[in-house]
Amino acid sequence: MGEPLVDIHGASVARHGPLVLRDITLHVHRGEFVGIIGPNGAGKTTLLMMINALLAPAHGQVDILGVRLPTWRGYRIRRRIGYVAQVESVDPRLPMTVRETVQLGAAGRLGWFHRLGREEARKADEALNQTGLTRLAQRPIGQLSGGEYQRTAIARALVQSPELFLFDEPTASVDPRAQRDILHIIQEMHLDRGATALYVTHDLHTLPERCTRLVLMKEGRVWRDGPKEEMLAPALLRELYERAGGGSSNGGPGEP
Amino acid sequence: MMPQYLINAILAGLFAGVSCSLAGAFVVTMHLSFLGVCIAHAAFAGALMGVWLGFDPLLGALFFSLGASALVGPLADRGELSPDASIGIVFSFMIGLAFLFLGLTPGSRTEALSLFWGSILTISPQDLLFLGMVAVAVTLGILVFNKEIHATACHRNVAAAIGIPATLVFYAMLFATGATIAVSLRSIGGLLIYSLVVNPAASALQLTYRFNLMLLLSVLFGVGACWIGLAASYCWDLPAGAAIVLSSSVLFAVCTVMSPKRRAQQ
Repeated sequence: MGEPLVDIHGASVARHGPLVLRDITLHVHRGEFVGIIGPNGAGKTTLLMMINALLAPAHGQVDILGVRLPTWRGYRIRRRIGYVAQVESVDPRLPMTVRETVQLGAAGRLGWFHRLGREEARKADEALNQTGLTRLAQRPIGQLSGGEYQRTAIARALVQSPELFLFDEPTASVDPRAQRDILHIIQEMHLDRGATALYVTHDLHTLPERCTRLVLMKEGRVWRDGPKEEMLAPALLRELYERAGGGSSNGGPGEP
Repeated sequence: MMPQYLINAILAGLFAGVSCSLAGAFVVTMHLSFLGVCIAHAAFAGALMGVWLGFDPLLGALFFSLGASALVGPLADRGELSPDASIGIVFSFMIGLAFLFLGLTPGSRTEALSLFWGSILTISPQDLLFLGMVAVAVTLGILVFNKEIHATACHRNVAAAIGIPATLVFYAMLFATGATIAVSLRSIGGLLIYSLVVNPAASALQLTYRFNLMLLLSVLFGVGACWIGLAASYCWDLPAGAAIVLSSSVLFAVCTVMSPKRRAQQ
């Protein structure tokens, strides 16, 4: 097993007062593709934000890519992490093209005082081609469909050449065909690069086949962690998505 | 031979046009237009305090506009209040202070009242120097940190996620906007300066999807509005600040009518 890129022991995170993550322990090793599932409000996105040094842990020990959190230079860790968030609405008049957005992936690593040059342009072309966006390269970023926007975000993460990918429901709010395209790109990327990835979803339909390990989250805690086949046992899923004190489902899992 | 006061006014128009329109490009792209209004009124209140207490109004304007930038950013960022509400609260506080200082100022209040509409034709060499310094600093900042500013202005969350210190860039641009407004206040006027920040950038945004072209067009429109306004003021004896702001408004109307974005949406 490779070295741990994510090494978390007993971490908690508070947002606007109350704790939203409690006593999280999670280790992710180089080359692993880990899925994180759970009902709405389980803390999946918060966990990714803490790993991406966007939220500071209140307690516990958190080491990401060998750097102890919290750190006031969290941006240095983020340069080494490719983060693909959920689809956002973007101003259709925004002065930025798809190509510029993808090329920006290299901006963080490049650092201050360096201009985006030929090498970054070449990487952007490659990523645009890999994600099937070449014909949309000059289109304003605010004029894309949800699926195209997510492919742009993945292309930007590819240009970043990260050591760790974080996918936060990348197929949410996009049509089934776009979902298939996005999953295909993510799986190809893992196959080609052997990249380490954490993939959050609440829809088990959209869990990539390359995912071999599943973390089940409930009420801000890691509830179960193990091989995908074991974690997808119907009884376990029923219990995961059951409301506390009630019997109805919460944030529907879909079928595996 | 052109009189010295007119040369100074033309240079002031150049410097104010450049720095206001560049700061405006950031404010408009980030949808923070109301924040510009808030900083402008803070600068106005600070300048009036200077008049009341007898120190240089420019110092008061700088102090208050930078203070307002430092106050509004964290209020909006912490998410305890919506950005609109936090900016609105600081804005109303600043306008209250402005009128309080105006009321407390003894005597004829001529200097205080001239801060309302500006006096570009009587700009002092010292104010011209400050205007020039800020214009050069803002231009250099945008040239050197172009990719960071572009990313933060268009998509602050993405900029943070890819490892750009987006919060630092955001606050640096807020302070640059505050400094720009403070040094331009005496030339353009407290009630008018805000239009010179927003109108050129908003006009440029009508015409292009390219950020750097937007910056260039914004500067052309900003300087153009200043010079057209000055010419109109000189020819027809109009108040210069008002003529400059009205010129920028007319430019915005023309750009909106000619906008390819508008045609595309139709």
